[in-house]
Formats: sequence, structure tokens, C-alpha cells
Amino acid sequence: MKRLLILGAGTAGTMMANHLSHELKNKDWEITIVDEQIKHYYQPGYLFLPFDIYEPKDIVKYIEEFIPKGVKLIKSKIDIIHPKENRVTLSGGEQLPYDILIIATGASIAPEEISGMKDKEWQRSVFDFYTFEGALALRNKLRKWEGGKLVVHITEMPIKCPVAPLEFAFLADSYFKSKNMRDLVEITYVTPLSGAFTKPKATKALDHLLEEKNIHLETDFAIEHINNENKTIVDYSGREISFDLLVTVPTNKGDELIARSGMGDELNYIPTHKATLQSKNYDNVFVLGDASDIPASKAGSVAHFAAEILTENILRFMKGESLKAEFDGHANCFIETGNGKALLIDFNYTHEPEEGSFPFPGIGPLSLLKETRINHMGKLAFRWIYWNMLLKGTHIPFVSGSMQE
Amino acid sequence: MTHTKLIGERAISVNDEGYLTDYAQWDAQVAETLAKEINIELTPKHWAVLKFLQEQYKNEVALNIRRIGSSGVVDIKEFYQLFPQGPLKTSTKIAGIPKPASCI
Ligand SMILES: Cc1cc2nc3c(=O)[nH]c(=O)nc-3n(C[C@H](O)[C@H](O)[C@H](O)COP(=O)(O)OP(=O)(O)OC[C@H]3O[C@@H](n4cnc5c(N)ncnc54)[C@H](O)[C@@H]3O)c2cc1C
Repeated sequence: MKRLLILGAGTAGTMMANHLSHELKNKDWEITIVDEQIKHYYQPGYLFLPFDIYEPKDIVKYIEEFIPKGVKLIKSKIDIIHPKENRVTLSGGEQLPYDILIIATGASIAPEEISGMKDKEWQRSVFDFYTFEGALALRNKLRKWEGGKLVVHITEMPIKCPVAPLEFAFLADSYFKSKNMRDLVEITYVTPLSGAFTKPKATKALDHLLEEKNIHLETDFAIEHINNENKTIVDYSGREISFDLLVTVPTNKGDELIARSGMGDELNYIPTHKATLQSKNYDNVFVLGDASDIPASKAGSVAHFAAEILTENILRFMKGESLKAEFDGHANCFIETGNGKALLIDFNYTHEPEEGSFPFPGIGPLSLLKETRINHMGKLAFRWIYWNMLLKGTHIPFVSGSMQE
Repeated sequence: MTHTKLIGERAISVNDEGYLTDYAQWDAQVAETLAKEINIELTPKHWAVLKFLQEQYKNEVALNIRRIGSSGVVDIKEFYQLFPQGPLKTSTKIAGIPKPASCI
């Protein structure tokens, strides 16, 4: 028996377990997947939790439910990868040798990177919504907040789902409107980028929406520290922005496991070939999802498109064939714009989001780069698709791994 | 769109935002001229940063503030002092390399 080992049973690892167990039925491969959690969190739901749109039960299920029979699931923290020796050590000391390794350990927030962030105001007036606990604490805060200066802030790029903080600002606008207290809240969006988003065409549309919703935009802000006494964020050039409530997206990093194993860059992301998803340093190691350093969005939709290509490549690798280099960085994301509307953008390594329409299963064509109600339905439907199709590796009709050009 | 820009007697090509479109046209005089336009007098420390940026570019390493801060050449605070307005944008322009795409 040969051994295929998957590290991480989040979005990417679960998809690969499903794809591969389907492809390798009765073959000579034993598939094992390891995760320290027993729960699977639908992270896109963290955006809606603070505004009481979703409840915790909508976004948490058990990992076990999504791992196919025939794949061995181990619940353990992973201590270290020894890529030169083709083995992984779990925190209890157990050794897992492998022939092929798929790393899907994702990325998470590191608020300790910025001085004063995880300090005495943490979860009092300084919040994150990139974790389940953070989003929940923020929900409780917002329920009784009486207004003031709300600052929505990105620490540094890259972050998971780079549009999520913008969506947060849009949803905050409609949340306070519906509570009849929009006039008591001043919303400021602070970004290290030079505009609302990373892609120029989408930025134009989004800058306009910010203006329309009376959200102030502060660009090129590289935070240096948070002053807990005066409640300000301060950047390297000395610029200061004051807040009553700060909702920040801290630095995102790959898991410490990657650093312990000496396999990552300065943010613990693993150098990966962007078209084949093979690690740059070890032929039998592949990387899927947020753990890699490929220049694509860190998003579930990207992992979904990439998983189909990675599955093919792994089957080829098993047969000793050369890899097919074809992942184009395809991403598509809904951007929730508040008041029951959303935008949809579709782009890849080389193509910027365009206007037009996108065929979306079960809902029909959605408008790209236009704010519509049906796009909002699409965003909400994404949760169903995520639990019922995406994780199971079901091919979504009309949605191909490569972008339609 | 590319435009022609005169550096002394010599013509170089730049894009709409003033970034060189052909790195081969870069030299010290180009750097000094571009720096002067934004009131920066290049010191040895500036040159060290420019050299680091160019090496990263040649090795196809994506640039961001953190990477420069951990380069050992400057820390982030110094980087801001050397290139006050948007250090990454101005330093890459002076170094003759493309404006870093700020990730996705
Ligand atoms: C607020 C927010 C909104 C988002 N919105 C969207 C959206 O609208 N659309 C979209 O497509 N994507 C969205 N995303 C991004 C999406 O959730 C991620 O890109 C996706 O989950 C990445 O999958 P992954 O498998 O790489 O990582 P994860 O799903 O995070 O899984 C990593 C797994 O590895 C395990 N692990 C890590 N280290 C260890 C270790 N040392 N030992 C044992 N186990 C370990 C973890 O427990 C975890 O289960 C959003 C993310 C956030 C935070």
C-alpha cells in the first residue's frame, strides 16, 4: 500500500479527500487526513455573524460528516513535517510516513504582529471577525453599541478573502440604518492599499459605493501600532486615526507548523508552483488553499477551482507522468454590498474583473460588477453550495476550473 | 500608454504613472532625476534599498513592506523616513522596476 497524507481538514483538505477517494477506489493507495479540530467552520459566515444575519449553528458542522468512508481521519495537532524524510510527526509523537503529501493547513490571524493590538482593548473596543470567537464577540458588542467612530481596518496584505473587510463596512452601513442609528455612526475604511481593492477596475466600482454609503476611505495606511490609551491607530509615517470601535483584520499567516518545518516564507506560506500546485522544493509535496504562496486570492472558490486541477496532477504524479500546468488563479467572489444586494466579480492571475454576466448554478446568470439583489441571493446560496457541493468535491455545472475568456 | 521622458539628453519610456517600462533603460542618473522630482536626495542608504529592490525584482520575488522590513537593509520605520510618501510606490519607481501589484 502506498500512502497519501493530507494535512488539514478545512475547505481545501476536505475537498481533496473527497476527490481522491473517489478517484482511487480500490487502488493501492491509503488516504489519511489529519486535523486538530473536530469542527468545520464555514468561514465566509463570519462576515454575517456579527450582524445577526447568521447564527453559530448555520456555520459550524463536524469535520467527520464531510470525510468520505475509506479515508482515515486522525484528530491531532501536527507537530512537524520532515519533507526530506517523507514523514510527519504528530504532537503526541506518532510518525506518519507518506509517499505523497498534500498540505492544506490554511492561514489564520496573528494579532500579536502589531504592538498594542492584542492588548487591553482586545475584544473591548478592538475586534476581529476572522475567527469564530472574534465574530461572536463582535456580535455581542454591536448588539449594545450606542454609536461613535467605527473604523474598519486591514493590517497588511495578503489576507483571506480580500473583499471581506469592505463587505463588513457595507453591511455595517445597512445594519446601523436598520437600527435607525446610522446618523450616530461615522464609518471609516482604512487600508494599506491605494484604493478600496487590489484590482483597478473593481476598485473604481467599489470606491463609488463607499462614497454613496458615506463611508470615508483612508488609503496607504501601514499600521505601526495601536494606542490603547487614546484609542488610535498609528501608521509608520505618524498618521493617526481615532476610533471608538475598531474592527481590524490582523496580519494573516500560515500555520506555525510550516515555520517549525522550515518550509515557509516570512509569513509561513509555502513556495508553490502557481500552475501545477506542486511545492517548489519537494516533488512529492503539493499545496492547496490558503497555505500556499501562489498569487491568487486566498478564498474557498479558488481552492475549489484549484482542487480539480490538483486532483488530475496527483493522479498523473502517481503514474509517473508529467504534471499538467493549468491553474490560472481563477477566483470568483460575491461582494455583499448591504441592503440585500451584492456584486459578483470573476478574475484570475492575468485578467481583471470585467462587467458582464456569470452563469451560476441553480440561480441563473448573475451580473458581474453590478450591485443586484440576485447576486445577494447567490451569496447566501453559496453557503448551501459550500456544505453540499464544494466540500464534497462535486463538480459544479457550468463552473470550470479555468476562467471563461 | 507609454510616454517618453528625457533624462538629461537621453529619452526613456515610462507608463502613465511614471514607472519605467524597460528596466534596461535604468541607470544611476535616471534614479537621481526621478528622486529629485519628489524632493528626495539619494544617500548611500537609499542606494542600498534600491539595490535590494532590484535584486528582488530580478529574482521575481513579490515585494511588500514586510519583506523590505525583514531584508536586513532597513527596518520599516527607516524605509518610511527614506521615502516618505508611499515608500513602496516611490522606491520602486526610482529603482526602475514595476509598481508592486499589491497582492490579490
Ligand atoms: C471572514 C471571512 C470571509 C470569507 N469569505 C469567503 C467567501 O465569501 N468566499 C470564499 O470563497 N472564501 C471566503 N473566505 C476564505 C475561505 O474561508 C478560505 O480561503 C478557505 O477556508 C481556505 O481553506 P483551507 O483549507 O486552505 O484552510 P482552512 O479551511 O482554514 O483549513 C485549515 C485546517 O487546517 C487545520 N490545521 C492547521 N494547522 C494545523 C496543525 N498544526 N495541526 C492540525 N491541524 C491544523 C485547521 O484546524 C483547519 O481545519 C473567507 C474567509 C474569512 C475569514
